[in-house]
Amino acid sequence: MARKEKASNATKTEMLDAVEKQSLKKDIPHFEIGDTVDVRCRIKEGDKERIQIFTGTVIARRGRGINETFTVRRIVDNEGVERIFPLHSPNVVNIRPMRSGKTRRAKLYFLRQRAGKAVRLAQRHGKHTVSE
Amino acid sequence: MVMLLGKKVGMTQVYDQAGKLLPVTVIQAGPCTVMQLKTVDTDGYNAVQLGYDDLKPSHRNNPQIGHARKANTMPKKFVREMRLPKDVEPEYKVGDCLTVSVFAESSYVDVVGTSKGKGFAGVMKRHGFHGFPGSHGTERKHRAPGSIGSFASDAGHGGRPKRGKKMAGHMGSCRVTTKNHSVVAFDEQRNLLVVKGSVPGPAGSFVIVRSVNKA
Repeated sequence: MARKEKASNATKTEMLDAVEKQSLKKDIPHFEIGDTVDVRCRIKEGDKERIQIFTGTVIARRGRGINETFTVRRIVDNEGVERIFPLHSPNVVNIRPMRSGKTRRAKLYFLRQRAGKAVRLAQRHGKHTVSE
Repeated sequence: MVMLLGKKVGMTQVYDQAGKLLPVTVIQAGPCTVMQLKTVDTDGYNAVQLGYDDLKPSHRNNPQIGHARKANTMPKKFVREMRLPKDVEPEYKVGDCLTVSVFAESSYVDVVGTSKGKGFAGVMKRHGFHGFPGSHGTERKHRAPGSIGSFASDAGHGGRPKRGKKMAGHMGSCRVTTKNHSVVAFDEQRNLLVVKGSVPGPAGSFVIVRSVNKA
């Protein structure tokens, strides 16, 4: 009987996932919509590299696999600032959940209409332990 | 130069060391079997015939089954030749199996595929003409090619449109080569080659991958 060289039985998705997987982070901490997080992100200015910390509320998480991103909103000088971080980017060095917020929605876009004290979310306790 | 036959799996993204997101195409390259060696003495030129993707012998006729049996393998769906210069003897034996590791030392590859068929396409899509304005009195010719010539433009040769004038017609499903894809990664276990950028054809179509000799 002739020798068989079946290319592969793997499906397209399995093969693409195998390639993507090498770029995915394995140590992403658990955080949810409404949580306050510290995002450490690597910034390159010319030749110099430094770490910038962006603290704010997670108002959205979208995409899956390598395309997953999350949006962090904070108020700076009475002006709302939002940054969208790719979850698996090597430039997002560390994500640290600081405080969990109580929410009933998956996207907190309503916070954009709010100002001052109304921006605060009620704290939810015991959801995750803050690692020090 | 080394060459492998394969199948386009699809596109995705990966991060490089600098944290840049690269668009990549995943190609299942190999395993390919050396089906036949052609030499100057027997065929007038040097070449290595490669085959990719097994077929059931019952789906092929006896001559093709016999051809595959010489290489101790199954009939193949996709068979192509790797041409070698006249003074270069092939370094493989009939029945050898080539895997994606042949690209271990190449940093760039060319990919040959069959582009997606677009059917009968107009000049704007097929040749990038700009068409005519959407308004300002334009009537029924927004995507038209315009004048294709006058009697005078080719006078003396019959007064026809010039040969090779770009017009509407069939587009796509032809052989296309994309050059100098940098090799991002390869997976020997799954025979996957990951190259930067897009390659011709739909996912699942057969492609030829060739290494590029770049200084």
